[in-house]
Amino acid sequence: MPENPTLVQRVLRHQLLWPVLALLVLLLVNVVAKPSFLDVRMQDGHLYGNVIDIMRNSAPVMLVALGMTLVIATRGIDLSVGAIAAIAAAVACTRIIGAGDEAALSTAVMAMTYAIVVCIVLGAWNGLLVSVLGIQPIIATLILMVAGRGISMAITDGQITTVNNPWFSDLASGFVLTLPLAFLVAVGMVVFTALLTRRTALGMLIEAVGINPEASRLAGVRARTIIWTVYGFSGLCAGLAGLVIAANTNSVNANSLGLWIELDAILAVVIGGTSLMGGRFSLAGTFIGALFIATLARTIPNIGIPSEVNYLFKAVVVIAVCLLQSPKARALLRVRRPGAPTLVKAGSPA
Amino acid sequence: MVKKTLVAATAISLSTFALTSCGSSNAESGSGGNDDGTITMGFAQVGAESGWRTANTKSIQETAEAEGIDLKFTDAQGKQENQIQAIRSYIQQKVDVIAFSPVVETGFDAVLQEAKAAGIPVILTDRAVDVEDTSLYETFLGSDFVLEGEKAGEWLVENAKEADVDGDGTVNVVQLEGTTGAAPAIDRAEGFAEKIAADDSIEVTASQTGDFTRDGGKQVMESFLQSDDSIDVVFAHNDDMGLGAIEAIEAAGLEPGKDIQIITIDAVKDGMQALADGKINFIVECNPLLGPQLMDLAKKVLDGEEVPERVVTEETTFTQEQAAEVLPERQY
Repeated sequence: MPENPTLVQRVLRHQLLWPVLALLVLLLVNVVAKPSFLDVRMQDGHLYGNVIDIMRNSAPVMLVALGMTLVIATRGIDLSVGAIAAIAAAVACTRIIGAGDEAALSTAVMAMTYAIVVCIVLGAWNGLLVSVLGIQPIIATLILMVAGRGISMAITDGQITTVNNPWFSDLASGFVLTLPLAFLVAVGMVVFTALLTRRTALGMLIEAVGINPEASRLAGVRARTIIWTVYGFSGLCAGLAGLVIAANTNSVNANSLGLWIELDAILAVVIGGTSLMGGRFSLAGTFIGALFIATLARTIPNIGIPSEVNYLFKAVVVIAVCLLQSPKARALLRVRRPGAPTLVKAGSPA
Repeated sequence: MVKKTLVAATAISLSTFALTSCGSSNAESGSGGNDDGTITMGFAQVGAESGWRTANTKSIQETAEAEGIDLKFTDAQGKQENQIQAIRSYIQQKVDVIAFSPVVETGFDAVLQEAKAAGIPVILTDRAVDVEDTSLYETFLGSDFVLEGEKAGEWLVENAKEADVDGDGTVNVVQLEGTTGAAPAIDRAEGFAEKIAADDSIEVTASQTGDFTRDGGKQVMESFLQSDDSIDVVFAHNDDMGLGAIEAIEAAGLEPGKDIQIITIDAVKDGMQALADGKINFIVECNPLLGPQLMDLAKKVLDGEEVPERVVTEETTFTQEQAAEVLPERQY
């Protein structure tokens, strides 16, 4: 390996290369199918276009994936995020409806705060099961994944609850500085988390717990507190995502809200280059991964994939991206090319 | 080991015996109710997944009470195994008639055989089952989804001139499909396509699933609006997706109901409100109030009268004016 890698080599080795490339290819496919795909224009004082829609629609997955990244970094997984999102939405919407002045700003703020607090408590419950009682994360969070949907159904009586609060609606449909507020909230959370984990030792401690919980505990890291914190944080993120989804249609359908979002979020994390084995994590990768998921969702109607095969299409794209990400698969491709230098099998960061 | 198994087996057979004997004594004393005139009906509901379903449940419960029918009600919470269990327990209790809305289409053969062997007639409501032997159930009471699609298509053909919003001579329709593979989604699309074929100027330019949800409808509609600026009409397979489409159309700076016309199916309260507000143009009803028709059929079946194999729910359609009129009295 050369001492001073050139810029090209640095770019080629950067862990974000493949996710970014995948996103660009996907955008290119869309542009080929509909040349006007990337057009953006002003509309009622804000930007309007596919790209803007993708930004807004990526917010829920981005938020959930953000919390998921930290959980996965501790070698855990959180399957309950979709159910927590539904509970957040159910709590907020029933609170707004039950309030004296349904359309007031204070009503929206109170309802959302209340919902978020509930979600942090639910996240902490997951943390309790995992860190204190030592239950496997996939099982521990499965409990709330199943029960949570029941809880949200109970809160809304199984009805689709429609709310009328312009402030709440703005969380998803509003614009600040011509950009969708939901996207700004999600990006704000990503930046805040990046600062918190990378400018303090927290990020390193999380990675340490994920790489070897026992060793890190012996080294004096309070693994239990760290695990508890990341699950609580995941609950908070899922709650925010639930509020954005509910605000998007001004209603909560406890049955379908956030359904399978945990899988999209895990996918976003993996596409972003964070390993499910725990340890090193990449928030920038998760950001790109979430944009990729939202772009993929938009690609299906844009290039006119029939409904019957859109899951198949999604699966093929995801397999292709995962193969691109895998150093082994890439090495195989290279070896088959005659004359190409064999790949040095060292130091590819997971 | 052998001993343990034996004990367990005895325990099980004993408890089964206890159950059957309990069931038979019940049957002897009440004889299923036929003797003393009251009818016992076991109803296994799908769940409580939507406002439509809740209205359906309420209608059945209220009608049963009004008609003096002893209703045993269970909620399968969307799971087939719960539903089969509920039907089995109705067979053991020897109810007079069993009615249920199947969670899925297949896998009910065995339990329906058991009901037939016990001589209990079965009525299907709302959804059909896929069994080879149609003698396993008496009748199927429910909406005709194809007919619903046809009504939507008919209205569009009749109003094609007004529906051609941009006046370019062709009516460009985008379709928001229900959950892929669900009977209502397939049948409504089929009925609609059949009727609009009568008018060459009407064309479905894009069609994609919105999964019967508002969020799904909104996201798909957003995409349609971005890629095509000549959309005249939205046909949504249910009200919720139509409501999502309204939000997408408004966000695009257009006026739903005027710049783009909207046709939906269901007629739930939020949908009817939007219709009365002029944001939707036409709704085909999918009536959940099956109670009266169901109780009527049950009585006929028990009296030994012939009933048709298929009974279609009484359903209507609503224009904006009609919606404003009936909205105050809507139950769901």
